[in-house]
Amino acid sequence: MNFLVIAKREVKAYFTSLTAYAVMAIFLVISGYFFYTNLVLFVLMVGTYVKLGLWQHTFYDMRFILLLLLPLLTMRLFSEEKKLGTIELLFTNPIHDMEILAGKYIACLFVFCIMLLLTILYPILLAVVFSVETGPLIACYLGLFLLGSSFIACGTFISSLTENQVVAAITTVGVLVFLWFIDWNEGIAESAGVTILHQLSLSEHFFNFIKGVIDIDDVVYYLSFISFFLFLTIGSLESRKWRGKK
Amino acid sequence: MNAIEVKHLTKLYGPARGIEDVSFTVKKGEIMGFLGPNGSGKTTTMRILTGFFPPSSGSARICGSDIIKDSIEARRKIGYLPESVPLYLDMPVFAYLRFFAEIKGITGKQKKTKADEVMQKCGLTDVSHRIIGRLSKGYRQRVGIAQSLLNDPEVLILDEPTIGLDPKQIIEIRNLIKGLGDNRTVILSTHILPEVSMTCDRVIIIHEGRLIAVDTPTNLMNRVLQAPRVMVKAEGPSEKIVSALVSISGVVSVAKNGFDADGVDLYQIETDENAYVINDIARSIYKNSWKLKEIRPVDMTLEEIFIKLVTEEKGR
Repeated sequence: MNFLVIAKREVKAYFTSLTAYAVMAIFLVISGYFFYTNLVLFVLMVGTYVKLGLWQHTFYDMRFILLLLLPLLTMRLFSEEKKLGTIELLFTNPIHDMEILAGKYIACLFVFCIMLLLTILYPILLAVVFSVETGPLIACYLGLFLLGSSFIACGTFISSLTENQVVAAITTVGVLVFLWFIDWNEGIAESAGVTILHQLSLSEHFFNFIKGVIDIDDVVYYLSFISFFLFLTIGSLESRKWRGKK
Repeated sequence: MNAIEVKHLTKLYGPARGIEDVSFTVKKGEIMGFLGPNGSGKTTTMRILTGFFPPSSGSARICGSDIIKDSIEARRKIGYLPESVPLYLDMPVFAYLRFFAEIKGITGKQKKTKADEVMQKCGLTDVSHRIIGRLSKGYRQRVGIAQSLLNDPEVLILDEPTIGLDPKQIIEIRNLIKGLGDNRTVILSTHILPEVSMTCDRVIIIHEGRLIAVDTPTNLMNRVLQAPRVMVKAEGPSEKIVSALVSISGVVSVAKNGFDADGVDLYQIETDENAYVINDIARSIYKNSWKLKEIRPVDMTLEEIFIKLVTEEKGR
């Protein structure tokens, strides 16, 4: 259970360094603002669509904040340890690389989950005055959770490549934006090529969830995305064994 | 059983060589010094022993556990202080130590007991609640050593444990290490030579990735000790002094070796191994009524031994 020891320390570090508070606060303020403005829009214009359209828009907006904020959580995971040199201590203590990675990934996921859970306040508040359907909402949350977990997996990998946290964060945002817009312009390739780009795109799979549809294809896509980047991270950690530099 | 057995270790960094064909053993309870200039391969060897990375070829055992096949088991028997003394700067001392105690598999009440015990041993009890980032270099070094002691390791590996400390702290840390060596095996690396003769039972000398010598400090000195040398401090016409001294039987060579703070000339005299010439030198100076200020035999320093061994190796 060594990974829990790592996870516990990481979560503590997030909160003692105030990073977690800052990221959560910004996320809640902006997503709360989006929720409020979307609600006003739907009440004024197309009241009948509140049931689905409101969540669709709000979650669509929320993933944008996550895309910018989650890299700020993941940037320190390995970069900081590399900078401090503490990674050498972890590597020479009786603990597997896999456990170090699991601990760190889970810690970041944990902070992210707290962020998501706090937003449940919005539907609860709305439910006081308006009936809220839980089905599509669950799909939205599952989609956002899987999307965020993918962002974190990608950020964790990039953090393992550099000892500079700022570089890690910027690169992560860059990679995520690229994977988001990879199929934006359908004119760039033959239809076969576009299909492949659609399959790779982070956005394409997310749209189904916020429409209220849980498709096993999309779930598998995100799980593979996460596994792929965690696998790359293990490779990056083990590269010390053949490169010889930390 | 030997605490550490190292056989034919080689580590290549791409085409560059880290270490080449290094073999040695360390007995239980021994303090082994690891001596060499910066970049000679000390840290590389230590990182292989601690399981940070595997060697390109060769093998090593820590108290019977193979460091490659049985890496985790071998790591359980080791306490390691890396050269940079890595610490989580935003954690208090006690939390840092309890975290590593848990990583090393010490849980429950034992965790606190162990952390308290090593803090006591390393003189950290008073600062246990301070944030590590606000501690002085000497205290940070102690926290690093404390971390390495948490699991009561049979083998302690310390990479340059006294680097960057002030003289008082260096003495404290040295005494701490000496005290630790009573019942466990210690490897410590340094490029400060006197440190080795002060703390270590045996010395490994490593240069450009190759092992040059493994022996006790005294044996190493004897091994390279050729003719004994005499240092003379005298006032007088230096050319005459030199020629007078050279003519003494048993004196091999005389060299004027600068002067001291008061401007008195210094002479370095190499003598024949079996001759005792100090009396003759003194008599000769006295007879000529030059002023003899000081005369003494000179021991070879570890620095000289080191340079000598390295040049011998190159000449081979």
